Amino acid sequence: MAKITYIEHDGTEHVIDVKNGLSVMEGAVKNNIPGIDADCGGACACATCHVYVDETWLAKTGDKSAMEESMLDFAEGVEPNSRLSCQIKVSDDLDGLVVRMPESQH
Amino acid sequence: MTELSAHVVILGAGHAGGTLAALLRQYGHEGPITLVGDEPIPPYQRPPLSKAWLKGEADAESLALKPLEFYAENRIDFRPSTRAVKLERSARRVHLADGSTLSYDILVIATGARAIALPIPGAELGGVMFLRTAADAEQLKAAVGPGKTLAVVGGGYIGLEVAASGRALGAEVVVLEREERVLARVACQALSDFFTAYHQQHGVKFELGASVVGFEGQGKVSGVRLADGRTLACDAVVVGVGATPNDEIAKDAGLECARGVVVDLEARTSDPAVFAIGDVTHRPMPIYEGRMFRMESVPNALEQAKQAACAITGRAAPAGEVPWQWSDQYDLKLQIAGYAFDVDEIVIRGDPKTAKFAVFHLKGKQLQSVEAINAPPEFMMGKQLIGNRKPVDKIKLADPSISMKEVAA
Ligand SMILES: Cc1cc2nc3c(=O)[nH]c(=O)nc-3n(C[C@H](O)[C@H](O)[C@H](O)COP(=O)(O)OP(=O)(O)OC[C@H]3O[C@@H](n4cnc5c(N)ncnc54)[C@H](O)[C@@H]3O)c2cc1C
Ligand code: FES
Repeated sequence: MAKITYIEHDGTEHVIDVKNGLSVMEGAVKNNIPGIDADCGGACACATCHVYVDETWLAKTGDKSAMEESMLDFAEGVEPNSRLSCQIKVSDDLDGLVVRMPESQH
Repeated sequence: MTELSAHVVILGAGHAGGTLAALLRQYGHEGPITLVGDEPIPPYQRPPLSKAWLKGEADAESLALKPLEFYAENRIDFRPSTRAVKLERSARRVHLADGSTLSYDILVIATGARAIALPIPGAELGGVMFLRTAADAEQLKAAVGPGKTLAVVGGGYIGLEVAASGRALGAEVVVLEREERVLARVACQALSDFFTAYHQQHGVKFELGASVVGFEGQGKVSGVRLADGRTLACDAVVVGVGATPNDEIAKDAGLECARGVVVDLEARTSDPAVFAIGDVTHRPMPIYEGRMFRMESVPNALEQAKQAACAITGRAAPAGEVPWQWSDQYDLKLQIAGYAFDVDEIVIRGDPKTAKFAVFHLKGKQLQSVEAINAPPEFMMGKQLIGNRKPVDKIKLADPSISMKEVAA
């Protein structure tokens, strides 16, 4: 279990307990948090689950796969700390994680 | 009607219906929402049924769109195992299978599609299955495994996904396809050849140009009979020969139907108080000059759920989308954008032998569709080019040493 803070583009914060094994995307979608569309349900095929990972957490969230990297390369508003939230698996290590959402996923 | 207090009744608690119920609340709809579904569980995602779920890499909880509590917490009256049988438009009333009725201000038909059955002898035998619902998938998962032979009738995307998952579970798999190539209805020759070869490398056998005329067995299937007289032994069969819209309720109520319930860009039917969304609809597609067609994909269900949610809550309609979908087989990620309407040229970028390439379908200089295998840049940029209708330089497009960003510049 990890406490994850999701921050919408307008600054609205949602703090959610997410079960280990789920992805950061699933934590948001199952709690109906606006800002993560996740059109493909986590298949790394849509890039509509884009988030910015708080710098201090980058190391703990792991490396991007080549597929994720090249999907992100074509998403809007990408920054060095951009990730596809469906590709980050939740574990105790991520307790306290903070992610921010872009203005739009499309 | 855009009254936020209207009672919205949604028939069909699938991907489209479930998404619409959640969106209506997100968009501030205050009135009652009733979500009627004939399956026993809350709305879930079907794509993993033939992929991650079948291989045991995802569980029921991850399939669900939202946890069960979500519906009560959001004042959505979710009614599982409840079937709608008749629509009485003049009285704005729906009849349910248990004899009760439900009154609505706005009705949304989201009944999806069902698998097409083969009208051949033996079709009723045990072990002859379809893959449309979580219950179907449960049954299939129990039937495949080491030492079992699975026959897949139909070489479309779902059939091929089941073949790949079947191999991952250790079963012998044979794909039977009536056409001379797999994916004949949906993809070009190069893609068909690539998928056939890739599956063969993973041990899948193919019978192409093979017409299945019957299933044999005592109570339970033990073989598939072909038109050429041969019988192939098997322990289980999955029939994946397409789906047909569940539009009977709409038809009986006199709503305009073609290859599904006819809707406009707001997802509204010929009755302004009735909407239809998802696999059950026959809809216009703005980027192809309003051409009508029926689509079976999650992005399509999501787009139409958004259209209906916007119309019901009085929001501006979403900008016209580029239709797309995906498929996962082995380590292949296939991403498809657009539809190959009126295409006069095909450009292949990259080398199929490396399992990393893309097929572009063009009408003049206009990109109509792209099929990308392990090639996200080609998919992402291709999708944008289809949407913005910019003319494409075919020489650059065919040259993988020129980046997709430059091709689109
Ligand atoms: C195995 C499989 C794999 C797929 N893979 C992909 C993929 O990789 N990518 C992709 O984009 N798409 C994929 N799809 C397609 C996608 O799942 C559908 O397009 C999507 O589910 C359509 O949503 P829907 O709500 O219109 O229909 P459904 O999700 O089918 O929901 C309709 C619901 O309505 C219920 N219903 C029907 N009639 C009644 C009635 N009279 N009363 C009450 N309830 C009723 C049905 O039982 C069902 O629960 C796949 C589909 C399947 C089956
Ligand atoms: S949900 Fe589609 S890429 Fe993450």
